[in-house]
Amino acid sequence: MKEFEPKIVYFLCDWCGTGGCETASAHHLYYPENVLISRVHCTGSLSAVHILRSLIEGADGVVISGCHPGDCHFETGNYRARRRVAVVKSILETLELGPERVWFRYVAHGEGRRFVDTAAEFNDHLKKLGPNPLKLRRDT
Amino acid sequence: MSKVFKLDESVEKSVKKLLTFLLNKGRIRGALVLQKTDGNSAVAYSLITDADALASACPLCPLMPSNAASVLSRLTLQESLPEPLAVVLRPCELRGFIELVKHGQGSLDKFLFISSVCGGVYPLKMVQVDGSVGEKLPQYWDAVKRAEIAPEIRPTCRACERFVPLGADMTVATMGESGLETKCTIFLNTDKAMGFIEGMEGKLAEEKLETEAIQQHKQKRKAEKNKLYDEIGLEKYGLSGMIDMFGKCIGCHGCSQVCPICYCEVCTFESRDLEPKPAEFERDLNKKRAIRVPPDTLFYHLGRLIHVAISCVGCGSCTDVCPVDIPVSSIFLKVRESVQELFDYVPGMDPEEAVPITKFETEELVEFED
Repeated sequence: MKEFEPKIVYFLCDWCGTGGCETASAHHLYYPENVLISRVHCTGSLSAVHILRSLIEGADGVVISGCHPGDCHFETGNYRARRRVAVVKSILETLELGPERVWFRYVAHGEGRRFVDTAAEFNDHLKKLGPNPLKLRRDT
Repeated sequence: MSKVFKLDESVEKSVKKLLTFLLNKGRIRGALVLQKTDGNSAVAYSLITDADALASACPLCPLMPSNAASVLSRLTLQESLPEPLAVVLRPCELRGFIELVKHGQGSLDKFLFISSVCGGVYPLKMVQVDGSVGEKLPQYWDAVKRAEIAPEIRPTCRACERFVPLGADMTVATMGESGLETKCTIFLNTDKAMGFIEGMEGKLAEEKLETEAIQQHKQKRKAEKNKLYDEIGLEKYGLSGMIDMFGKCIGCHGCSQVCPICYCEVCTFESRDLEPKPAEFERDLNKKRAIRVPPDTLFYHLGRLIHVAISCVGCGSCTDVCPVDIPVSSIFLKVRESVQELFDYVPGMDPEEAVPITKFETEELVEFED
């Protein structure tokens, strides 16, 4: 049987997240091909609606990576993102809709290794969880 | 102990008398109160500047035809009031308005807020279909007098623990007050309130707002809330349950229209941005081979939960207007509790306290980092 290959949406901020991704490529580090990168200007500009929409419309999981605390290009965007993700995750938890399918992890510009590790780790994590039931429903 | 003003007439008459006094003295430009529509089968919020028009007002009528928070936001969205306006509203409506002001959707300037210890309201369907609220009034006030939960009031109200107003200038005591028909006690919470009633006929005294009766009533409401949680049984739902519950939704978006917190002029969920394009239908059909149209029912409700939960004051208007009886506010009740606890936030309590989602701490919420 073909192994389940999760579809992952990876939101990277334009500064540190994307930088980490670029560092990874400069070092020829590989991440799973089923990770779809989506660049956002800042994790603080990412709406909760985007996270939700990804999960409903076909993603098995969503990762959000921005600058480490104190390093945000816009100074406070990552802190705001953290609050927003906390709201989304606690609501998904209350409704038992799988908060574990959303990850929030800081990746700095130079952390190419951390970026590919996060992608691989999340990929394994989702393989264990199985397909996202939300995306399979025909009646949402 | 707080300052109180005592009047020798029924609660409703006293409030009208107070408004008449304020109007006649020119201390307020007008009053915003619930007023009976012609034929007395319904009530609506009305702006009144003529004291005679107060005759058909029913300031404490247990109905919420629209959330006063939205009404006040519309009045003050462009600019703050030029002259004072007295508003008689329920605790949740006041909290809703304070929340809106925090979101930049209005101004608290020049308002005189008169609220009451709230015994809850009847579902809107009751007044519109058979006009039966009039007959229910005696038993309603009887229950309030005995500090009991009035039968047939909305489930959201039964489960509401914040029925004592926060942030009101004046609070009309009702819960557990045995002489409702003959006397009225109005708490003067602010210096502003003291200034407004100066010269009015009545007695000043000192009393405690949170009486024994109110404390006991709080326990009753709490028990009702737990009962409601059991009835709804959200934890049993999971994905199937959620889809089943929201599957009934006809997509009228009435819940967002009446929600005091859902203030966006252009809603994400009604924008062209989310309007599915033919290619997207094609894409989804290729994947699933069957989809509900229009799509995004669950998306809309979950999205609204995420947007509103932090500021939800639990007014219950959403459940009230739902044409297919989805217990929207009961679901919100549970969900908002988890989010509000996360930030230790009580919406509408303090106008100076920013909404948690608009601020941050540099060291917090590490448990949400992965």
